[in-house]
Amino acid sequence: MIKLSKSDYDKIVAHAQSEAPIEACGLIAGELNGNDKIVKKVYILTNVDHAEEHFTLDPKEQLFAVKDMRANGLTPLGNWHSHPVSPSRPSDEDKRLAYDSSASYMILSLMDDEPVLNSFHIEGDKAEKEELVIVQD
Amino acid sequence: MKITVAGIKKEVADGLTVAQLVIDEKVETPEYVTVTVNDDFVDHGQFEETVLKDGDTVEFLYFMGGGQ
Repeated sequence: MIKLSKSDYDKIVAHAQSEAPIEACGLIAGELNGNDKIVKKVYILTNVDHAEEHFTLDPKEQLFAVKDMRANGLTPLGNWHSHPVSPSRPSDEDKRLAYDSSASYMILSLMDDEPVLNSFHIEGDKAEKEELVIVQD
Repeated sequence: MKITVAGIKKEVADGLTVAQLVIDEKVETPEYVTVTVNDDFVDHGQFEETVLKDGDTVEFLYFMGGGQ
């Protein structure tokens, strides 16, 4: 299970909507509790591709985020990105570029009126949906 | 000499290169790893020539990207 606060969920949605039709992206960090992941901080990073169908995290911002996680005792948990006009599921490219099987890959779809956020465990070409719980702050 | 790798201080041999450190640290998918030394990004083509110095701070950043 992966837990995300409502305020962090809103932060992701708001940024993704503001960036659309460009894909938005960022990192998630927090705590591991057994098999559960608890997201304590969402990082918004620049998509250096500035593209509607691709994203790459800005390495300089990624470096800053990694240091911030360490300074705050947070564990890197994975990343998130938006699909402005496609479903909340990993594309072939998402799976091909998912190098860390311990990470959670969150994908926010904006294709419908209501945003849809799912989290995935990706290993090789297999993606498995994780139980995602949005909790009130 | 002592260097810091991903926030952890380590004793390593003098003359250690970034390329050798990547091997020693058993970095997964090294072709997709970006390395910084004292916050400066090191090009992949410079891994062999980049010799670390006492007190250096090294970070490994894994490429993160995708597409819909």
